[in-house]
Amino acid sequence: MEAFTTHTGRAVPLRRSNVDTDQIIPAHWLKKVTRTGFEDGLFEAWRKDPEFVLNQPERQGATVLVAGPDFGTGSSREHAVWALQNYGFKAVISSRFADIFRGNSLKNGLLTVILPQETVDGLWELTESEPDARFTVDLVERQVRAVAADGTELVADFELDDNARTRLLQGLDDISLTLREEELIAAYEATRASFKPRTLTV
Amino acid sequence: MGRTLAEKVWDDHVVRRADGEPDLLYIDLHLLHEVTSPQAFDGLRLSGRKVRRTDLTLATEDHNTPTLDIDKPIADPVSRAQLETLRRNCAEFGVRLHSLGDVEQGVVHVVGPQLGLTQPGTTVVCGDSHTSTHGAFGALAFGIGTSQVEHVLATQTLPLSPFRTMAITVEGELPADVTAKDLILAIIARIGTGGGQGYVIEYRGSAIRALSMEARMTICNMSIEAGARAGMIAPDETTFEYLRGRPHAPEGAEWDAAVEYWKTLRTDDDAVFDHEVFIDAAELAPFVTWGTNPGQGAPLSASVPDPASFDDASDRLAAQNALEYMDLTPGQPLREVRVDTVFVGSCTNGRIEDLRSAASVLKGRRVADGVRMLVVPGSVRVALQAVDEGLDRVFTEAGAEWRHAGCSMCLGMNPDQLSPGERSASTSNRNFEGRQGKGGRTHLVSPQVAAATAVRGRLSSPSDLDATTTVEV
Ligand code: SF4
Repeated sequence: MEAFTTHTGRAVPLRRSNVDTDQIIPAHWLKKVTRTGFEDGLFEAWRKDPEFVLNQPERQGATVLVAGPDFGTGSSREHAVWALQNYGFKAVISSRFADIFRGNSLKNGLLTVILPQETVDGLWELTESEPDARFTVDLVERQVRAVAADGTELVADFELDDNARTRLLQGLDDISLTLREEELIAAYEATRASFKPRTLTV
Repeated sequence: MGRTLAEKVWDDHVVRRADGEPDLLYIDLHLLHEVTSPQAFDGLRLSGRKVRRTDLTLATEDHNTPTLDIDKPIADPVSRAQLETLRRNCAEFGVRLHSLGDVEQGVVHVVGPQLGLTQPGTTVVCGDSHTSTHGAFGALAFGIGTSQVEHVLATQTLPLSPFRTMAITVEGELPADVTAKDLILAIIARIGTGGGQGYVIEYRGSAIRALSMEARMTICNMSIEAGARAGMIAPDETTFEYLRGRPHAPEGAEWDAAVEYWKTLRTDDDAVFDHEVFIDAAELAPFVTWGTNPGQGAPLSASVPDPASFDDASDRLAAQNALEYMDLTPGQPLREVRVDTVFVGSCTNGRIEDLRSAASVLKGRRVADGVRMLVVPGSVRVALQAVDEGLDRVFTEAGAEWRHAGCSMCLGMNPDQLSPGERSASTSNRNFEGRQGKGGRTHLVSPQVAAATAVRGRLSSPSDLDATTTVEV
């Protein structure tokens, strides 16, 4: 996994709640067997509308998505995270994320930042009035900073547990970490009840 | 202090616990399907790893499989490639696979329980959010992403951070025309699509205990639509009876030992839930959705709500967007909403009891002119049972299409899709924009309501079907 320390870029305001994973990446894209090439599927239905925020010239190259509450609900498809990353997003800010989506994002180095809705409202207003405003998502300081043209700064601290933060900062691979516990896993297996189901024995 | 059912199952699976770190949890059963597994197998290959426990792993083909002409090569080359990738991966890594054409093939969440693999007190995962279905047996079952699929394949464990516990207690008797689907839709409308976030929900109370295993699966299936990590129901005699004699259920002394353990799997009387919700079963009625998320639902007797009636600004906006997408107007009675297509199937309502329930409404009646109705059994076993009982004939005589098992129009990865603007009444679990096909509009309903809707051509419950729509046979 790629490490995440701090990132600065322009933002995209997505004023919608309950953006489900079927909207982020529709099912027909899930037939691909790779982790790449999903960028054109991102928000595919909405992107057909020229008015859609991602289609605005000033949003090209933006890397921080500021979304409404309950972002990433629905299916467990990790393709949603890959699509956001393939498109170029490095971080998503929302007041509430669906659990599976959030887990998937943190495993892929896409930082999901939870901020109160009032703060999200403030970030929306800022990027809507100043599309060039720079947003910094700083995992070291656990802080989001957005600077307006007149120099005023919107600063918000966010929480992320130490464990997840360390893994992201160092780009650690979960599987290698777990494999260090081989002895404990084998010991657990030795105590499992014999009535537990097996798929290969009938 | 006592522990809840979920906490007991969790504790029984902790491989490693350390301060400030997620628990490492052992996984008893790992289910796979073609959509969320290819990148995980690739990861294994890249790092030279094996599947640690092929004997705790099972794969099925369901999402892409066609429901017609299954003996012919799959027409869509991309779908075909994905299924072939699963076949290759399973062969290479030694994983048991039920392919199209196999008698055990079907939707992964129908197949696991029907084989008796889903058992009380187990941990079950799958790269699929509706893994919550298996919680109906008192298993801790949840959907995972592809990175986690790879993690479980390689280690048979997952690092997981603790959850909060919620009890949803439903007391009393459900009215005669109210099914498990109506109950869960009403629950989601009440707590919202984010209401269960971070929680494992335990469904309790006399109304839940009175439900069959299949109805319990319908409830737990949709826990994820309330945002919950998982849904669970404590195992009881109903659970044991369902499992007894299934291919993978324990036998003899093993069965006795298992039942003894399973009986301990209930929330202690002095356990405390982080959150509790109480529902009076008697107040429930047939329920349908009007919007584009499963929380946007109302009793069938109600009208399309006015977005202005929502207090919360983001709910208001969501309702507005939903009505626009769904092409509905505030105040329009839901019973007047016309549909083009009716879909009976999916891991929510594609089991034998669901087909019986839809068939009992359709028997001796006709699907309305201009309405297409698809009946897609959840698995080949369900299909065979239905044929045995003559249900397939009830459907075809009524003018419905009887199809082969799979996910089908639940998400339209195969050719079964809505066309733009087409409206469906569907027994599946998601009414998201475009879920059943680009531009398609979905109303989530129970199998009974689906069948009655097919007859009347508008959202209906069986009680709306008067004698004039009955055709004598
Ligand atoms: S039936 Fe629908 S919800 Fe269930 S596994 Fe298939 S696609 Fe997912």
